[in-house]
Order: sequence, then structure tokens, then C-alpha cells
Amino acid sequence: MAIEVRIPTILRSYTGGAKVVDGTGDTLADLLTDLDSRHGGLRGRLITDAGTLHRFVNVYVNDEDVRFLGALDAKLSDGDSVTILPAVAGGAFGFAAAAAISSHSAAVAAR
Amino acid sequence: MHVLSIDRSIIDAIVAHARRDHPDEACGVVAGPVGSDTPTRHIPMDNAARSMTFYEFDSMEHLRVWREMDDRDEEPVVIYHSHTATEAYPSRTDVSFAGEPGAHYLLVSTREPDSEEIRSFRIVDGVITEEPVRVVEAGVDPHAVQSYMFGQSPATVDYECSGR
Repeated sequence: MAIEVRIPTILRSYTGGAKVVDGTGDTLADLLTDLDSRHGGLRGRLITDAGTLHRFVNVYVNDEDVRFLGALDAKLSDGDSVTILPAVAGGAFGFAAAAAISSHSAAVAAR
Repeated sequence: MHVLSIDRSIIDAIVAHARRDHPDEACGVVAGPVGSDTPTRHIPMDNAARSMTFYEFDSMEHLRVWREMDDRDEEPVVIYHSHTATEAYPSRTDVSFAGEPGAHYLLVSTREPDSEEIRSFRIVDGVITEEPVRVVEAGVDPHAVQSYMFGQSPATVDYECSGR
């Protein structure tokens, strides 16, 4: 059995248009590495240069936001379902300030 | 050229949501059948940031609503939010986050107390393209309908939505 991963429209260029792909891995980080071996570039859209989960995506394991499950360290099992959605956010605020607030709230959420 | 055609009752509901949450930013979605480019189901969302200058969908509500759309063979045709002290034009933050290339990004400005500026954009790969908004009056023969446009390029002109 594998882990089913649901891919949002904006990232389907990496999966040949596929909406759902399969992967394996004991953690979310392992799964993304596995996916990247077949869908090159996908991992780079989800993980920052600093090695953390990108601010612009939400990733869920089954029905839980992975930010509450240890983010990239979130444990996975065969049969799990992973859903990737582009975060919907924005506003009139300048980007630098918004990013600072977001990383702060992500840090709070990770506690 | 893209045009956003949207029912008057949905625009009214979006404006009412934006007014209700003012001075915080309001946000939401209008779902429609996949491939139809027709917004039919208004879904006001919580602004998890509860901020006058930032909005963010609650991640769990986001998952629930997106899954529900999937089950109903719908997609997010319109993603809207308000700017409460500035113009209805995408900020750099809006562009950075825009992750639904098929959606119409509708912005409502509530900075004026008695009129709203409503404009619509495509945001694809960081490029903003403004498009006209055609408000369709329901209950009238669509071929005979008097529709009007606002929020049309060039972006320097402020178009107001009046008559409410």
C-alpha cells in the first residue's frame, strides 16, 4: 500500500496533469523526496531554501494540518492520504511584514 | 479577453460581508461547476488573521470547503477579499500568495463609507491582468439584460458600484 497524495491545479504541471499520485515515506519529508524522484521540481515548490515547509501551501495528513503534526517531521503510514492546497491569503499589508507575521503564527502553531 | 460575469445577488452578498467585517478584511469564495466559469455558490470564509491589513483562510475551513467543492464537482471560480483602507488592486502580498490560476481574484474596497470599488483580476505566475466585471441581473432574459461594467483597465480609473 502507498500514500495517496492529492495535487492542486497549480502543481499539476509537475505530475503530468495527475490530480492524485502515490508515494512512500515514513515522514512528510521522506514522502516529498520520494515524489520528487518521479515528479522533479515538486519538492522545491513545497520546501523553502531554509528546509522548512513553504508558507504558500497547506499540507494535510488525513484531515489534520501538518503544522500541528510536526510539519516535515509528521509521521506517515501506508494508507494515509495527503492533501496539498495552495494557502489562500493576502491583504493590503506589505509583504515583508506579512511574512514576519506568518512565520510568527506558524511558530506559534508549531508549539 | 476574460470577463467575470457574476449575479447581482452574489455581488450584493460579497459587499455585505465586506461591510460587516470592516475595518477588518473579509474573504471568501464563490464556487461554480467545474469548467463553467460561472460563480453560483457564495461561501463567506473566516479571516483567521482578523486583521485590517491581512487575510488568511483558516486551514481547516479551507480543507473542508475545498473538499466539499470537489464532492459537488465545483471549483473556486471567484476568490474575493476586501481592502479596507486602500484601493481594490492586488498588493504584492496578494500576488505572492495567488495559488489558483483558474480563479477570478475579486477585490472590494470599503475605504469609502457609502460606495464600493469592485475590481477583478487574474493572477498567474505573478502577473496581474485586470478584467471587466459584468453584473448580471437575475430574473431577466439574459439576452436582454442591461449589464454594466466596472473595474475595467486602465487601472488608474476608479469605478464605483452604485445603486444599492
